[in-house]
Amino acid sequence: MRSGDFRTSYEADMAVFDTALARWLLAGFVAALLLFPLIGTSFWLDVSSRVGIAVIAALGLNILTGFTGQISLGNAAFLAVGAYTTAWLAGKGVPFIIAMYVSGLVSALVGMVFGIPSLRLKGLYLAIATLAAHFIVAFTVVHWEAVTGGVNGISIPPAQIGSFTFDSDQRLYYVILAAAIFHLWFAKNLFRTRMGKAFIAVRDHDISAEVMGVDVFRHKLYAFGVSSFFVGVAGSLLAYQAKIISPENFPLSVAIDQLGMIIIGGLGSVLGSIFGAVFITLLPEVLRIVTGALAGQLPQLVQLFAALKLGVFGLTIVLFLIFEPDGMAARWHRIKAYWKLYPFSY
Amino acid sequence: MHRLEIDGVSLRFGGIYALQDVTMHVAPGELVAIIGPNGAGKTSLINCISGVYRPWAGSVRFDGRDVTRLPPATRTRLGLARTFQNIALFQHMTVLENMMVGRHFHQKTGLFTGGFYYGPGRREEIAERKIVEDIIDFLEIEHVRKKIVHTLAYGLQKRVELARALALEPSLLLLDEPMAGMNAEEKEDMARFILDVNEEKGTTIVMIEHDMGVVMDLSHRIYVLNFGKKIAEGEPSVVRGNREVQVAYLGADAA
Amino acid sequence: MEFLLQLALNGVVVGSIYALVALGFVIIYKSSGVLNFAQGEFLLLGAYVFWALVEGHAPWPYAVALTILFSILLGLAMERLILRPMIGEPIISVIMVTLGLSSILRAIVLGAWGSDTRPYPALFASEPIQIGPLPISRGYLFSMFTAALLLALFTLFFRYSRVGIAMRATAFSQEVAQSMGISVRRIFAVSWSIAAVVSALGGILLGELRGGVDGSLAILGLKTLPVVILGGLDSIAGAIVGGLIVGVLENLAGGYLDPVMGGGVKEVAPFAALVLILMFKPYGLFGKVKIERV
Ligand SMILES: Nc1ncnc2c1ncn2[C@@H]1O[C@H](COP(=O)(O)OP(=O)(O)OP(=O)(O)O)[C@@H](O)[C@H]1O
Ligand SMILES: [Mg+2]
Repeated sequence: MRSGDFRTSYEADMAVFDTALARWLLAGFVAALLLFPLIGTSFWLDVSSRVGIAVIAALGLNILTGFTGQISLGNAAFLAVGAYTTAWLAGKGVPFIIAMYVSGLVSALVGMVFGIPSLRLKGLYLAIATLAAHFIVAFTVVHWEAVTGGVNGISIPPAQIGSFTFDSDQRLYYVILAAAIFHLWFAKNLFRTRMGKAFIAVRDHDISAEVMGVDVFRHKLYAFGVSSFFVGVAGSLLAYQAKIISPENFPLSVAIDQLGMIIIGGLGSVLGSIFGAVFITLLPEVLRIVTGALAGQLPQLVQLFAALKLGVFGLTIVLFLIFEPDGMAARWHRIKAYWKLYPFSY
Repeated sequence: MHRLEIDGVSLRFGGIYALQDVTMHVAPGELVAIIGPNGAGKTSLINCISGVYRPWAGSVRFDGRDVTRLPPATRTRLGLARTFQNIALFQHMTVLENMMVGRHFHQKTGLFTGGFYYGPGRREEIAERKIVEDIIDFLEIEHVRKKIVHTLAYGLQKRVELARALALEPSLLLLDEPMAGMNAEEKEDMARFILDVNEEKGTTIVMIEHDMGVVMDLSHRIYVLNFGKKIAEGEPSVVRGNREVQVAYLGADAA
Repeated sequence: MEFLLQLALNGVVVGSIYALVALGFVIIYKSSGVLNFAQGEFLLLGAYVFWALVEGHAPWPYAVALTILFSILLGLAMERLILRPMIGEPIISVIMVTLGLSSILRAIVLGAWGSDTRPYPALFASEPIQIGPLPISRGYLFSMFTAALLLALFTLFFRYSRVGIAMRATAFSQEVAQSMGISVRRIFAVSWSIAAVVSALGGILLGELRGGVDGSLAILGLKTLPVVILGGLDSIAGAIVGGLIVGVLENLAGGYLDPVMGGGVKEVAPFAALVLILMFKPYGLFGKVKIERV
């Protein structure tokens, strides 16, 4: 039986997955994800791939908004920058990994430019500046037809490394899974070292952070950069997965969905980004299945689906904010703490 | 050379002067107190020294260098540290993490060495942890090192704020009412820590404090502010006997 | 020249409606520090309710009155059910709750009335009035004067009425207001109601201008954000001036640049201007600058 934990070195004390059990559980979970394509239908493979992409995008947003406290409504825009960069590069025959990371970099750059107002703006004013970023990027996407294909969109050839192409849903699923795991691991490390802690310090008390020797403006810009990099990578994967992208892939509601993910999952929590992305991506799919099943008795449900989807999303957000404002990750930690000392939890 | 030299500093908010032509100096190794009634401008003065406020006139010199126009973070790198009157800890971090932010500018780990947590990044993180642990021992807060600070009692949070400032390894430490709101026992502990920092580590200290007993016991010299103006300075015995101070500050008892 | 004047005039008309909606933003922000991202949905819902009443053969003055009543109740309900539990939560949560609210309201409209355009009754004769060289439609004139009248009324209300003064006291400091015996909660409720009412009226005017209402009307909530930022979130005068500036700006940009750039400039111009303004005047033209205390 486990009875609390005792450690003998700082090194062991600072490990991310701190017990053997945690490590085994994680290994089991990853194994299940690896085996999933062997049994999953193509529908669920598609959904899981979108979940994986959403995890990376939500994690990116959480780095900026949850960890650094800079509210952003510009995530759909940064996603679009990553996706269109990939579309353009892949069209030129640039190999997959390079296209993905260059897309991340371009998105990071755009993110940092729109992060400049954060030097003087806080809270609501910054949120609105990022909203402006959204509309400006959306305008550019529609009008820069030579690169983006305008309203008609642009198609993306399959991801390719050397002579190997990721042309099936299965192969792409593994790419997305690997990317998600890698970026989660990177973020987890980031927040236990210097720069990540500086981000959190800026969020919790910016004046105090500055007085502790953290260059606050510079770290806000870094946060915009790192965040948009993650989101740009997600955008790149989205382009490969969707095969055709157009402005319709990046409406403002995408940015709001992703804010919803980090709110529901947990602001400032890597784990919460996963929970939230899974939850919000699955919500409409589950709703679709439920309305499909009920369509026999209530045929009007099919017509109301769009309204239902929107309403359920809004209601979920509002209910979470009122009843579980710290998100699913906080609840998870409470349950974990309970089991750690079970049966002597009190 | 003085550790700190403030020359003719004035600060205005709208119509009112928070500070008016304040001049003071602090020698290396000194423990100096700033006292004065509520709203006298004490915190504003500390804010001007640490760079949170920009004085409207006058200059601040630190180790002979004019820092009046430097941002707070740069002054911190030069060796300045402070605590806040209203606790300004990073509320959602643990005690350890708060103190690790204090090590920020002593460290080099960046995005990639941190994100990949390999070689230098990992070694540095462990080495810094040792430095922080020494301060934790010094201030006797071992039992809370992994606690999130907003869950701690007020007096303990004050102590953690001192710990975080010490993690900077400053040569000049500014304390804004370090004992406010503490009970007698906590005050005694805090006074002992402040004295130890000053005597053992040789850190120069400027302290704002309302508790006259503490101020008279600890400080080498005292500056008195009233309505933004300096009205007296000198050793505790001199200030205690000053008529103007008695009227302005000690108020009723003196009159 | 005539083209310019025509554009500017259209700008003033639309701008006065923006100002009305912006007033709603400012009232809520001033009293409770919340930026209501569901403002556009208040407008949408108001416009639809008015349409439904008129469809149901209510004479239009009654329809307006009932829409106002509906909006008052809507504002009260929103404040009570959703905003009150959020007092003291971080800004991001408050933003998000209003965004969630906007989804719910839009879902209700979509579910109840679908996505087709619903035509408004034509209240005015279609031949325009000539003012100098410019032909101006009667609906435009009516909208502009109504908006101006409402703005004047609300300005007077804030300046002289008891409730208005209490609202200003609350905006200045909630503690001070409380110590003067003002119920801060009631002020919050009143401000949400007023915001819902001005938005609904803006929605009706806009529906009248456009000859109908559909879901796209909700975007006006977002389009008004540059207005409030330009004017400063806490300034009523700013909302009015900002509304006119943005209205004229977007019509000029649309009129001159859209043909060259192939459309969309009208929509993006206020946001581009917004970014520039925020870089140079972070608190807008009339907003208050605060130095943070520590
Ligand atoms: N950021 C600010 N904005 C406006 N006025 C300020 C600000 N900071 C300080 N003041 C004003 O400056 C004056 C001095 O304030 P300060 O906080 O320096 O006083 P203090 O001596 O620290 O008082 P206390 O003992 O109550 O802490 C006060 O009148 C205060 O209201
Ligand atoms: Mg003070």
